[in-house]
Amino acid sequence: MPSALELQRRIEAALPGAEVSVEDLTGGGDHFRAEVVSDRFEGLSRIQQHRMIYEVFDEEIGGPIHALSIKTAVPKEPARPAAHGPDQPGATP
Amino acid sequence: MTNDEIRDFLRNAIDENRVMLFMKGTPNQPACGFSARASGALNALGVQYAALDILPDPRIREELSGLSGWPTIPQLFVDGELVGGSDIVMEMFESGELAELLGAEQPEEPVDPEPEPEPAPARRPIGLENRLD
Repeated sequence: MPSALELQRRIEAALPGAEVSVEDLTGGGDHFRAEVVSDRFEGLSRIQQHRMIYEVFDEEIGGPIHALSIKTAVPKEPARPAAHGPDQPGATP
Repeated sequence: MTNDEIRDFLRNAIDENRVMLFMKGTPNQPACGFSARASGALNALGVQYAALDILPDPRIREELSGLSGWPTIPQLFVDGELVGGSDIVMEMFESGELAELLGAEQPEEPVDPEPEPEPAPARRPIGLENRLD
């Protein structure tokens, strides 16, 4: 029976540098929720992003891993002051 | 019915129904929480959609996943394209993207898309047995 930690490590191995958290939703080792933040998702549709996670587990999805809920995101850009933009101080509304 | 016939049926269902949901159970009686959320989101938007229960024969799910390359149920197709499973459908529902895609009004109150006890009038059932519908 897979553990949340095992799933987390496998996603991390497949997507190096990704920020991964996996929760065992029922404690039963078959319903999981994975949240993955990776710059490899940049420019991809949600479908493509989720497929990358499904591919890590392939046939185990629907088998030992009964359900895997996925949330994917691209890392947020570090905040930095914009050189130009509507929010510039002094700009009149 | 052979596997090829099932696959042809599924392909036709995707082509012929602008909004096509493959789920476990039916919109009125979903057999899984994930399917309930996906159909609940469509119900909350009040859009007309076709739904097919994949449970009656395990080959339906096998052929569907072979066709879509998506391993889990539910699967929502719009205009012949896979939109996603329940996670993506719910993210898009909450962000308003789903309403936009379907040309529907986003409900003003955040609706908890649990299955309703009463069937919505816009719903159209679809099944292997009523394929001439």
